[in-house]
Amino acid sequence: MTIHELRAAIEGGRCDPRQVLDELLERIAQHNPRLHAYIRVEPERLRAALQERLQRGPRGRLFGIPITIKDNICIQDEDTGCSSRILTGFRPPYHATVIERLLAEGAVVMPRANMDEFAFGSSTESSHFGPTRNPWDPDRVPGGSSGGSATAVAADLALGALGTDTGGSIRQPAAFCGVVGLKPTYGRVSRYGLIAFASSLDQIGPITKDVQDCALLLSVIAGQDPRDSTSAPVEVPDYPASLGQSVSGLRFGVPKEYFVEGIDPEVRDAVEQAAKTLERLGMRRVEVGLPHTPYAVAAYYIIATAEASSNLARYDGVQYGYRAANGSRLQAPGSRPPQGDLIEMYLRTRAEGFGPEAKRRIMLGTYVLSRGYYEAYYLKGLKVRTLIKRDFDEAFERCDVILTPTSPTAAFRLGEKLDNPLQMYLSDIFTISVNLAGIPALSMPCGFTASKLPIGMQLLAAPFQEPRLFQVAHAYEQATDWHRQTPAIALN
Amino acid sequence: MHEPVIGLEVHVQLATESKLFCGCPAAFGALPNSQTCPVCLGLPGVLPVLNQRAFEWGIKVALAFDCELADSMKFDRKQYYYPDLPKNYQISQYDRPLARAGHLDIPAGEGTKRIGITRVHMEEDAGKLLHDPQQPHSYVDFNRAGVPLLEIVSEPDLRSPEEAYQYLVELKSVLRYLDVSTCNMEEGSLRCDANISVRPAGGAALGTKVEIKNLNSFKFVRAALEFEAVRQTGALKEGWRIVQETRLWNTKTQHTEPMRSKEGASDYRYFPEPDLVPFGIERSVVDRLRRELPELPAQRRARYTAQYGLSAYDAHVLTQHRRIAELFEQTVSLYAKPKPVANWMMGGLLAYCNAKGKEPDEVAVQPAWLVHLLQAVDAGTISGTMAKELFVEAIEQQQDPQQIIAARGLSQIVDDGVLGPIADAVIAEHPKSVQDYRKGKHNALMFLVGQCMRRSEGKANPTQVTELLKQKLHQQGQEVTG
Repeated sequence: MTIHELRAAIEGGRCDPRQVLDELLERIAQHNPRLHAYIRVEPERLRAALQERLQRGPRGRLFGIPITIKDNICIQDEDTGCSSRILTGFRPPYHATVIERLLAEGAVVMPRANMDEFAFGSSTESSHFGPTRNPWDPDRVPGGSSGGSATAVAADLALGALGTDTGGSIRQPAAFCGVVGLKPTYGRVSRYGLIAFASSLDQIGPITKDVQDCALLLSVIAGQDPRDSTSAPVEVPDYPASLGQSVSGLRFGVPKEYFVEGIDPEVRDAVEQAAKTLERLGMRRVEVGLPHTPYAVAAYYIIATAEASSNLARYDGVQYGYRAANGSRLQAPGSRPPQGDLIEMYLRTRAEGFGPEAKRRIMLGTYVLSRGYYEAYYLKGLKVRTLIKRDFDEAFERCDVILTPTSPTAAFRLGEKLDNPLQMYLSDIFTISVNLAGIPALSMPCGFTASKLPIGMQLLAAPFQEPRLFQVAHAYEQATDWHRQTPAIALN
Repeated sequence: MHEPVIGLEVHVQLATESKLFCGCPAAFGALPNSQTCPVCLGLPGVLPVLNQRAFEWGIKVALAFDCELADSMKFDRKQYYYPDLPKNYQISQYDRPLARAGHLDIPAGEGTKRIGITRVHMEEDAGKLLHDPQQPHSYVDFNRAGVPLLEIVSEPDLRSPEEAYQYLVELKSVLRYLDVSTCNMEEGSLRCDANISVRPAGGAALGTKVEIKNLNSFKFVRAALEFEAVRQTGALKEGWRIVQETRLWNTKTQHTEPMRSKEGASDYRYFPEPDLVPFGIERSVVDRLRRELPELPAQRRARYTAQYGLSAYDAHVLTQHRRIAELFEQTVSLYAKPKPVANWMMGGLLAYCNAKGKEPDEVAVQPAWLVHLLQAVDAGTISGTMAKELFVEAIEQQQDPQQIIAARGLSQIVDDGVLGPIADAVIAEHPKSVQDYRKGKHNALMFLVGQCMRRSEGKANPTQVTELLKQKLHQQGQEVTG
């Protein structure tokens, strides 16, 4: 069931939200042990929360509707831990702005969708709590880092979810799981309460079963926030209103740089077919160039790790979260050995608290910001970023949206890329330019591989042109039935 | 001959109501960790939002030093690990400080000397570690974390510890005029690190510099620099090499001592703060702030010598505190004798402040009080000595001295109508002294004056009584002989 279907049923009095939640919890009890979309589910707390919502919650657009939340978005008084050991026991004394906005519409928030530790990954395998599995094939990854959110939505363990996207972490798992995922324009959604990975790239966005739900959720969470200086003073349009409008006469660009060697032929064919569908709907295909695409991965891993190394510095065992055993003795400076115990506490806390991928990225980021390397790496990364932005500016002078594959392949096997970080990084090759440029992009299903794995296509638009994305995506969705297909696991 | 080359780095806490990036109170002295929130505690997921007032005050300071302002406001992260730094990075400014290339004119003899200001930048303060020797662990108080700071770095233009002292006095004076900081070194709202090297006098090349920390008063700064100048000069004369290092001032031994060197050179890995987007500094805002600048000490000094004919020294002392200067001008507008008013400001009010260890701002004085005292002395109603006593009482009782004089009947009797009968009675009662006086014994007159004072319970104006007695004795003498 989609959010908009449930909303209509609740508003029409045809459906009791308590029953919906009970059914959902039943399905979670049945499938979550295998799929591990949620780190932890507390049925009684959720039932109590729903009861509270029904009695006192506003009768808003999400009244009585559960929304699943990735483990890096702060929910007041709930464990929020980025699937990391180092945040063990951390309960934020505040809601993220997006949570406040969901609650203001009457929603019930469901915590702790699994993720790659601190969103570092493309497979959800780096979670401290163990990997999430792809509902279409449990031997395969759901993508990442928002793998828990995408799996929950695809396997009907959620009605809709929030994920976060720094380099593709919403879109790639959406593609791998056959659902819809949107990375909004940078600044469209407040980052207040999102536990930062890379502050200049992170955005919160919806993962849903169809485009209509995606538009609805974005319209709830979008908007400027005085607590986030990077949120944009741009009015929030009526996103659902852009659905159902004709796309005839619009132009879609196809960048040749995205159809290069390494792309799975099945993926290329599916996206080519999608292009034909768009043409059938009256859109005009134009070839566009995004010449700096080959440098995107390098620039991204410099900028993102630099920011991450800094953002993660605060996890030191001093105030909250995990602290290494016997790490609590903190000697005054001047005592002997000089601050030895303090440094020991830092080292052991961080050595034990972070997983290998987090350590790798902290080291990379520390390195690129170090004296003598800053110019060669970080500054050069920023220059590439500017050039990539310019590529998109120029491309969008010639087209309304850009069509690309979301990922070069469908879902890969668990463990397949775990020992090869570079290979893992390359699975984001089509998604990271979007974050560097700050533009919005939507991934949606556009076919299946022969082995019945979903294939995702990506639609890109100019900053704050989300309505255009919804308009084209909805038209495509109406013309196809990929989104109606569900994994076998969701049927039983 | 060697000369010291000195530059100072001053950190000033801005006295804004709230912190630099959150709404917590920035006041000093609250219970530990009572003024904190998720933002200044650096909890996961929260974001900084710039305090507009702190930003504007930073511009004011930059304008007061005649700096070149940056086109835009850009913050950077300065990264290092310490438990009092909640995020393990400090939001600061690195390559594009708020302002550069300003100057501060400090008094030097009858003139001034211009000291360059290299840069002024804005950053957040850290918390404070509290150590209890009785316990195996330490505590962190985050009340100070996130309090707005300005770092003001001078050029190495200072050539003596005394100039460094004068620079600090003048800097504090300007900041107090702007009303942006309490500049209280004891509370840490003004902190100073000093860099000093020595070189052959008049040389162009700079020697190896030493940084001095733990300077908790202006006098310590001067004393530490004096010690260090002697130490370095002595070392060079012995043919030794100066080591670039950080030294701490030890107030007990009155020596600087090497600080335990850090492991390896520090690399703060500065990079642009992505949570705060750079924004343009608007011309209209700068123009408004420029208009709001008060007349600053240096300008005021020049005006005082020109307009009031005061000496450079008097002008300097009077203008150091904005409150003193304003009180001086208000008083002079009611009582147009600048020099006596100036003397009262310095000998009366400032002396009182020094004696009580108070800042002039902490002492409430009405210009009318001073005018009334000065007029009463002029009129001979009270003596200068009594005026000083009354001044202190006026401050402590917060009352117009005129009222105190009236209430206590303290005023001297100057009315001849009152003094006449007293003098007559004394003359009548002491014929022997009258005779002695007529024989030319001056002491006899003094005795009679004393008797008049006694009879008037000390209120008679002694000068006037003396004159009156002489007059009367002279008249009587004429009557006797005539």
